[in-house]
Amino acid sequence: MTWGLLLQAVVSGLLLGGVYGLVASGLSLIFGVLRIINFAHGAVMMLAMYATYWLFVLAGVDPYLSVIVTAPLFFVLGVVIQKIVIEPNRAAAEHNQLLLTLGLALFFENLALVLWQGDFRTVKVAYSGASFMLGDALVEVTRLVASAGAVLMAVGLFALLRLTDVGKALRALAEEPEGAALVGINVSRIRAASFGLGSACVAAAGALITPFFYVAPDVAESFNIMAFVVVVLGGMGNFVGALAGGFIVGLAESLGAAFLPGSLKQLVVFVIFVLVLLLRPQGIFGGSRGR
Amino acid sequence: MSLLEMTGLTKRFGGLLAVSNFDLSLDAGEIVGLIGPNGAGKTTVFHLIAGFHEPTSGEIRFKGGSIVGAKPHAICRLGLTRTFQIVQPFAGLSVIENVMVGAFNRERDAAAARHLAAEIVDFVGLGARGNAPARSLTLSDRKRLEIARGLATRPEMLLLDEAMSGLNPTEIDEIIGLIRRIHARGVTLLIIEHVMQAIMALSQRLVVLHHGEKLAEGAPADVARDRLVIEAYLGDSA
Amino acid sequence: MALPPLLPKYHLEVLISVIFWAYLGIAWNLLGGYAGQFSFGHAAFFGIGAYTSTLLLLQAGLTPWIGMLLGGALAAAFGLFEGYLSFRYGLKGPYFSLVTLAFAEMLRVVSVNTKAVGSSLGLVVPSAKAAPAMFMFAGKLPYYYIILVMVGLALALTWKIGRSRLGFSLAAVRENEDAAETAGVDALGTKLRAMALSSFLTALGGTFYAQYFAYIDPTITFGPSVSIGALLPAIVGGAGTVLGPVLGSFVLTPLSELTRYALRGRAGADIMLYGAILVLVISFLPQGIVGLVRERRVRAGRR
Repeated sequence: MTWGLLLQAVVSGLLLGGVYGLVASGLSLIFGVLRIINFAHGAVMMLAMYATYWLFVLAGVDPYLSVIVTAPLFFVLGVVIQKIVIEPNRAAAEHNQLLLTLGLALFFENLALVLWQGDFRTVKVAYSGASFMLGDALVEVTRLVASAGAVLMAVGLFALLRLTDVGKALRALAEEPEGAALVGINVSRIRAASFGLGSACVAAAGALITPFFYVAPDVAESFNIMAFVVVVLGGMGNFVGALAGGFIVGLAESLGAAFLPGSLKQLVVFVIFVLVLLLRPQGIFGGSRGR
Repeated sequence: MSLLEMTGLTKRFGGLLAVSNFDLSLDAGEIVGLIGPNGAGKTTVFHLIAGFHEPTSGEIRFKGGSIVGAKPHAICRLGLTRTFQIVQPFAGLSVIENVMVGAFNRERDAAAARHLAAEIVDFVGLGARGNAPARSLTLSDRKRLEIARGLATRPEMLLLDEAMSGLNPTEIDEIIGLIRRIHARGVTLLIIEHVMQAIMALSQRLVVLHHGEKLAEGAPADVARDRLVIEAYLGDSA
Repeated sequence: MALPPLLPKYHLEVLISVIFWAYLGIAWNLLGGYAGQFSFGHAAFFGIGAYTSTLLLLQAGLTPWIGMLLGGALAAAFGLFEGYLSFRYGLKGPYFSLVTLAFAEMLRVVSVNTKAVGSSLGLVVPSAKAAPAMFMFAGKLPYYYIILVMVGLALALTWKIGRSRLGFSLAAVRENEDAAETAGVDALGTKLRAMALSSFLTALGGTFYAQYFAYIDPTITFGPSVSIGALLPAIVGGAGTVLGPVLGSFVLTPLSELTRYALRGRAGADIMLYGAILVLVISFLPQGIVGLVRERRVRAGRR
């Protein structure tokens, strides 16, 4: 284990961590407002990655630019899903709501499998291989852009939540559902918007990673687990926590990959997950509400 | 030896001191009322006795043995059980099945448990609705069910938390009658109540709690005349 | 039950599949439906069962009939470990589900990375010649009878528990844990008992699978398809009921076979259908098929 390898692991971890943070922010937002654990989050991301792929292959649209199209598109998809499937069942038992999103996840993941098979597809842009050295560590440009873009979007999300009316309504609904209705907030519309916004975030994250991450139906599951771990670590409903948690998990995974053989790095993430759930379920930074 | 004895009972939630240095003893066969303005800490005292919270400090002894740190089900097995302020029936089960859960504490066999449960269900006056799903009961009947479930565990002591809240005068009278019959069976009672006529009529002794501290204790008539008690209620009525 | 020997091979296979998933559903139901603790990671126990009996067979020549019981015991121990950690730390609802998922995934990752258990290549179970004492049979028919007996025993067990003290404790814990404790029910102990039974039975199913299909690998045994396949029949048929998982499997399994047949070569079509069904069932039939039947009966009784 050389310093060079260690540095590489840290750099890689931080880069991927930014993306995890963005994915998790969307999930955290959905939980904060709707109080559901959205199992379909990874599936939406996967679909967005396919959308990015097809836009690239069929219309030559650069993946980073395509965010302008995919983010709003998946905002709408999110709203539709929330209105048709989730909202009608808002009074159902907690475990049933979880099963609902699980059903959606299974449906979308396998829809992709049926339509496009399980082959790995890649988006190869001109700058896919570009990289530079940071000391002993190799930094791929695509990863850097993805991470920076993700952090930027997360910051944008925070700004939206703090400064805009919609954002304030979202936060109000997350903290005081009954009070929010009393002050005239259109509760059902904001609830739909939260799912839409969460989906847009994860869609953007998906688009950002296509230049260096393969596109396939099983991407959904890996990012799903990752998102849950980050959100639980950062605290459900805590957006700053989600971003910070993203970096922590990214680092943990990356360091795990450096020290452990094979695919055992995944174990590191799961162990962290279980430990946090058992010992500090409100997350390192505490959630908007306790368990 | 007292049946239930609390000494120096204190409970702190973060910065909030919910119960402070509370002493109370009950001898077997007593009916004691616990009153106080809203937020005084009465239900917290119940939570502490029944094992839902652990005291920050202080001692609770039941039948001579400490029950601090014991789980609620263990305390129930010892012979102390409680009802909840907001009734908690097993909604998906029938009335008899609800009570059977309690009865299984004393009977291992399902048939015997059902027999005991049926007897208790009759005793509390729900005999006609034995097979009805618990969720279909009126509030008054749910309160009876809650009490029945507790009685089926054959307690020596029962903690009743606002059994009358939300009931109309007729229903209140019925519950008062039920409580008297329970007492006649030899069950010691500690009752939290806001309905003043009821608690005055039932209690042999009253204890007043205010901001987590014992404010007064004694015969109901004396406590009612106590100036501090009157001030506490009037002052906090806002 | 005299019909099966007359069934064409394919139909017998489907029937075995139906009963197999019904069995797993019944096992899951004990923890999920009766105790109300929704596990998303039952594959952990399935895999422990499959790998334990198979490894003992391959390494020590031990008959899977015994290996099955050892696998069950090991799975029960793991279940108690998992359950104790979760319940002792107060994990409920979705958080419990997530933890069970994490544990199953951890076992999967560990097996993929462990050469001794075959890594991702998995293990092949010898099945060349028939050896009933070693849980190996020539045709499919014996397997049919075995899984039928297993399902029968599981059903009997579920039915008996439902009417017993444990059954009432489970229902109480499921409905309202605090109230259950007050009524003298040891919530932690009750949940752990359900976990031990559920994981033991699930592991037996793992051994059956290994002997029937003669091949296991980490994804097949520890993967989400088993976890989801175990809970679906109970949810669709009616969680917390004796026959729910059986009904659910009789609906779901043939549907999945039909879908796979109709969309030949299109992997995932059957699971896609499962996803849609799950959404529809939760939305319109949250109590499952049994719940629907009960509701009709109650309404008919009122008229």
